[in-house]
Amino acid sequence: MREPILKISDLKVNYGGIEAVKGISFDVPEGEIVTLIGSNGAGKSSTLRTIAGLVKPVSGSVALQGEDITGKDPDAIVARGVTLVPEGRRIFPDMTVLENLKIGAYLRKDDLTDDLDWVFSLFPRLKERSWQAGGTLSGGEQQMLAVGRALMSRPRLLMMDEPSLGLAPLVVRDIFSIIQEINKQGVTILLIEQNANMALKIADIGYVLETGRLILSGTGAELLVNEDIKKAYLGA
Amino acid sequence: MQFFVSQILSGISLGGQYALIAIGYTMVYGILRLINFAHGDVFMCAGVMMVFMSASMPIYASIPLMLVLTVLLGFVIERAAYKPLRTAPRMSVMISAIGVSYLLQNLALYATGGQPQTYPTLPFISNSVTILGAPTHWVTVITPVLVVLLVLALQWLINHTKIGMAMRAVAKDFETSQLMGIKINRVISVTFIIGSFLAAVGSLLYFTNYPTVVPLSGAMPGLKAFVAAVFGGIGSIPGAVIGAFIIGIVETLIKGTSYTVFSDAFTFALLIIILVVKPTGLFGERATDKV
Ligand SMILES: Nc1ncnc2c1ncn2[C@@H]1O[C@H](COP(=O)(O)OP(=O)(O)O)[C@@H](O)[C@H]1O
Ligand SMILES: [Mg+2]
Repeated sequence: MREPILKISDLKVNYGGIEAVKGISFDVPEGEIVTLIGSNGAGKSSTLRTIAGLVKPVSGSVALQGEDITGKDPDAIVARGVTLVPEGRRIFPDMTVLENLKIGAYLRKDDLTDDLDWVFSLFPRLKERSWQAGGTLSGGEQQMLAVGRALMSRPRLLMMDEPSLGLAPLVVRDIFSIIQEINKQGVTILLIEQNANMALKIADIGYVLETGRLILSGTGAELLVNEDIKKAYLGA
Repeated sequence: MQFFVSQILSGISLGGQYALIAIGYTMVYGILRLINFAHGDVFMCAGVMMVFMSASMPIYASIPLMLVLTVLLGFVIERAAYKPLRTAPRMSVMISAIGVSYLLQNLALYATGGQPQTYPTLPFISNSVTILGAPTHWVTVITPVLVVLLVLALQWLINHTKIGMAMRAVAKDFETSQLMGIKINRVISVTFIIGSFLAAVGSLLYFTNYPTVVPLSGAMPGLKAFVAAVFGGIGSIPGAVIGAFIIGIVETLIKGTSYTVFSDAFTFALLIIILVVKPTGLFGERATDKV
């Protein structure tokens, strides 16, 4: 097995007195789709936000291809090729679609033409609407914009926090097939979802998080047929 | 007629000076949701510094030095008094701002020994000129022109440069801006630098019209500019500028009538009316509490 692009070791995250993440360890192998599933409040967002540098962990470490990046500021993490698509998309509503994409490339100084072409080829809808204010897009289009904006930083590892949240099933399917397409083009994906079914279907590896602890891991296919998982997360 | 022209001209000019202060209030509010109570005192400090520096060096050296030092003052205030409170409740930052305001007034009191300081006569802009038969000073003519140019430059910066894009992003959403790789502390510093610079320019134009500077010289214009920013819709730069011109003109017109004692009261009556009738002001966005 190749060296993992991301290695999380014994990560603990607190908010005041609340322990949100209670010492979790997992690897994200390069080039794969890894998903972290778990119910609301399990600590999924806290994990991603800590990797992205928005939250400082109490203890434990985050290593990116062997380099310790624990507790670094978000801009340093983005500069190293790790980008988070935040929960709820959080596009800039008053900026145009094009500006939203450009701001995703904020740290880059090189030419953006190729990357814009790449994002527009993945999301042709965004090209049609490039002069429209981000806030006027539909929920699905905003999610596409949020993903496209993250891609503009040319990430090696793209993290996504519940991209399917609040979207119609058809739109969700579109988004997930684009996630697979992005992965095929060489971007490692770390996806967290409450929509466990969809996530496990496309994932190479899945981890199950429950009240701040990892309780189970396996390939996506294994977890999909696991009886406990079916009961707890797949509504079977 | 001549009297009216001269009143309107000085009103526009006063409004322009308020505008240069009001922009600092509105930009800082836009990005930090903070009413920077110390802003009027930064304006006053610019005046005091100008007095002291012009006493020991030529005007052409003291003007740029005063601009630089005022910018530095604004930058240091943010770093020392507001940045450490970034995650504290907003009320703490407001209280810190009030503290800085008193600190600056007291420092000025100490530096001036409580004596009103004679503001230097600036070359050219203090000279007399006659416009449409109304005698006035060049500063009255130059102020609105300069304000328009500075506001246009600022709008260009905000809408067409990378740092401007970052300022708009940070004003909307701290966290997502960070996820884009934006260093929010740097953007906030830039905002304070711009605000202080404009206040420093405003101080040159404003104090030229008055004989002296005292430690409380920033309080009234600061308050008027703040009302202008609220009137225009706090957070909006065009709003603050238009609000400032309206307040400057109306105040000056009232001063020209027999109701002159009410010229200040007008501003505050306006504040109350706005807060009651349309709290978001002329161009304000819906009050969004930033996460
Ligand atoms: N900013 C915060 N302040 C306090 N508690 C928080 C904060 N964010 C999350 N939590 C708490 O941490 C726990 C994990 O939350 P989160 O990581 O958002 O879970 P998930 O994304 O799996 O739903 C929850 O109990 C939540 O209430
Ligand atoms: Mg979450």
